[in-house]
Amino acid sequence: MSKVRSVWDFAYDFVVGDDWRGAVVTVVALIATALLVHVAHVNAWWLLPVCVFLALGWSLRRATADRA
Amino acid sequence: MNEIALALTVFVACAVEAVEALTIVLAAGLTREWRSTFQGMAAALVALAIVVAALGPALTLVPLGALRLVVGALLAIFGLQWLRKAILRATGYKALHDEASAYLREVAAAREAERQSRRGVRDWYAFTLSFKGVLLEGLEVAFIVITFGTNQHNIGLAVIAAAAAVLVIAGVGIAARAPLARVPENAMKFAVGIMLTSFGIFWGAEGAGVAWPGDDAALLGVIPTVAVVSMSYLAVLRRLHPAPSAPPQPVPAPGRDGPEGVTR
Repeated sequence: MSKVRSVWDFAYDFVVGDDWRGAVVTVVALIATALLVHVAHVNAWWLLPVCVFLALGWSLRRATADRA
Repeated sequence: MNEIALALTVFVACAVEAVEALTIVLAAGLTREWRSTFQGMAAALVALAIVVAALGPALTLVPLGALRLVVGALLAIFGLQWLRKAILRATGYKALHDEASAYLREVAAAREAERQSRRGVRDWYAFTLSFKGVLLEGLEVAFIVITFGTNQHNIGLAVIAAAAAVLVIAGVGIAARAPLARVPENAMKFAVGIMLTSFGIFWGAEGAGVAWPGDDAALLGVIPTVAVVSMSYLAVLRRLHPAPSAPPQPVPAPGRDGPEGVTR
């Protein structure tokens, strides 16, 4: 069990890193993009870049806020 | 254009990781023993080659839309992580990765460790240090090689770019016989972060069903946009929260026979 846990921890740290919020925003933005494209028939190519930029800004703000 | 971007991204990413792996290999080799160090390095390179050879062709069997969605999401998340760290390091909020002090730390630990022979390896510590260093640094490169290579249907080009970077860094490292402290690692990581995030956005959105304006040419807009936004965040952080980064520690250059007290 501890080996499974350490593999999971490694994979999490490898892909997600220090801030999981960026990963969550990216995944939610991709789901929203897919819904807009396939359900609402809106070619929402702009949604993911905007969300990724906002996620980066949010993450940087959180990382630097306590040392402002 | 995508082939050039693929080769450049893999080359720079691999060069950055190779610099970090070289620091560990040099510390193991110069402080402990070269033969076991090379054995560890070779074992790690074989393991990485197996990962790429197994996962690369397997991923080409996945439908392109699903592949781009998953790989795009992973690359965007992975790229954000690289960008975040590079921006925080460039603005002094996170310590710069300093090869010189990393080398000194590894050397100090290597000098303390006992010498043990195991499984046909004369110095198990040198073997494992080198193996872990090359494998862990190489996994990021393998990830980029596989994701970029499968999406572009050009694993071969990605492998060639990665191998070229390893050869260049290894050549410079052998010539210098010292950690490559002057390589602008953070700037390279920043550039790789921009490329990973850009390709992640492009492929992820495409996998979700988006038709990019201008098709593949849209990347020519996505990459500069990601770069401009990232540099804007960098500029804002530098202006609003100036925080000096720690100066790199000086490191004594090891001589031809290695540092003092070398156990060979």
